[in-house]
Amino acid sequence: MIAVQGLVKIYGTQRAVDGISFTVQRGEILGFLGPNGAGKSTTMKMITGFIRPDAGTATVGGIDVTADPVGVKRQLGYLPESAPAYPEMTVEEFLGFIAEVRGFRETVEKRARIEHVLTLTHLASVRAQTIETLSKGYKQRVGFAQALIHNPPALVLDEPTDGLDPNQKNEVRTLIKSMASEKAVILSTHILEEVDAICTRVIIIARGRIVADETPAALRARQPGARLDEIFRTLTADNASA
Amino acid sequence: MTQIRPLFKREFLGYFRSPVAYVFLISFLVISVSLAFSRYGNFFKSGTASLETYFLFFPWLFMFIVPAVGMRLWSEEKRAGTVELLFTLPITTLEAVLGKFLAGWAFLTLGILLSFPMALTVAYLGDPDWGVMAATYFGAILMAGAYLGVCALTSALTKNQVISFVLSLAACAVLVFLGLSSFTTTLESILPVGLADVVSNFSFVTHFDAFTKGIVDPKDVIFFLSLIGFTLFLNVVALER
Repeated sequence: MIAVQGLVKIYGTQRAVDGISFTVQRGEILGFLGPNGAGKSTTMKMITGFIRPDAGTATVGGIDVTADPVGVKRQLGYLPESAPAYPEMTVEEFLGFIAEVRGFRETVEKRARIEHVLTLTHLASVRAQTIETLSKGYKQRVGFAQALIHNPPALVLDEPTDGLDPNQKNEVRTLIKSMASEKAVILSTHILEEVDAICTRVIIIARGRIVADETPAALRARQPGARLDEIFRTLTADNASA
Repeated sequence: MTQIRPLFKREFLGYFRSPVAYVFLISFLVISVSLAFSRYGNFFKSGTASLETYFLFFPWLFMFIVPAVGMRLWSEEKRAGTVELLFTLPITTLEAVLGKFLAGWAFLTLGILLSFPMALTVAYLGDPDWGVMAATYFGAILMAGAYLGVCALTSALTKNQVISFVLSLAACAVLVFLGLSSFTTTLESILPVGLADVVSNFSFVTHFDAFTKGIVDPKDVIFFLSLIGFTLFLNVVALER
């Protein structure tokens, strides 16, 4: 569903993303791990067509993002980091706007879409509140609702559980898991336990390069008995000294 | 291009979701009307049933007031990070630029048209030439669009609204001052007259004046429209950079 081939992004003299390749099939949840500044967000922004890669390609459902960015954007649900939304709009107005841009112009269909995601993300109680009055957890869910409104075949989620309390984290994970069977999902995270909890595959990147691409079980098997964060540290430190 | 509609709607209604719209509309009307009645405008003393003294100040007023509308168009999106949301929705940059610009233009048009009590006043006091008045309104709306094009462009260059405002103001000021007689005389003393003419031709004032006299010259219409087109083109380039 999502295929990335030799993606490169250069900022000044820094190769923020340095030749990343991977593919994600439907039904897979790919966990994107790495220290801050490793290039996670940059890679996601290139897949979603927000920034242009300096080299390499990303395709979603067979469409090349550099050739037909709008075609890719149609198929993607994207939750940017920290879930930006228009603060002066109410949750309903905001989702209505997204629904219209996503092509649901007819009132009945638009309403149905909004109701569906409001239920899915448990936002019904705050539907008439402006987004600026919402707590971080609710804002995050608005971002989620926005990404799901058109039931996209591919989801790109940049730190979907960032800033949520443990209950909300669990809720979001359950939600992602429940949708995963028919979607290709990429999510980035700092939280290693999240990988164990929901991901079917893990990619660890450091300094813009992939240092591990395997199942969570295989990752564990690298150092039997060690905790995940120890393995993570070994992998990302190795790269730093190389 | 059908994608412009939801963008337009969100942007236009967005003005009314915050106090911006009301503060803007009220200040605009209060300032423009008081200028007309002031001793510089001489609305009554002029003794003619026309809005010429009302529209006289528009190029000056727009210099401050249009940047106030235009500065937020892109700067705010960039600062709030919503620009990432916007450009990962299935829309092209051109659609986004047009949707936002048209919303701002519609909002300015609303402000201009809300001066209708002035027209009614003139009609009550005398017998105005409605053709001239319609031409003036048309010219004012066109000119507002040209100012807004400049402001939308400068707004796309920065995520800081203050910088955006100051840049717009400076750019608009240049476009106003180019047409002032004192300025063109200076210009003529340094440049060949032909060249000075060309330069002063880029002024809003030169092109707006004809409208206030009831002349709708295609040259003036094309000037404003092409300025809008050019700034919007640069706007797209600035965003795709």
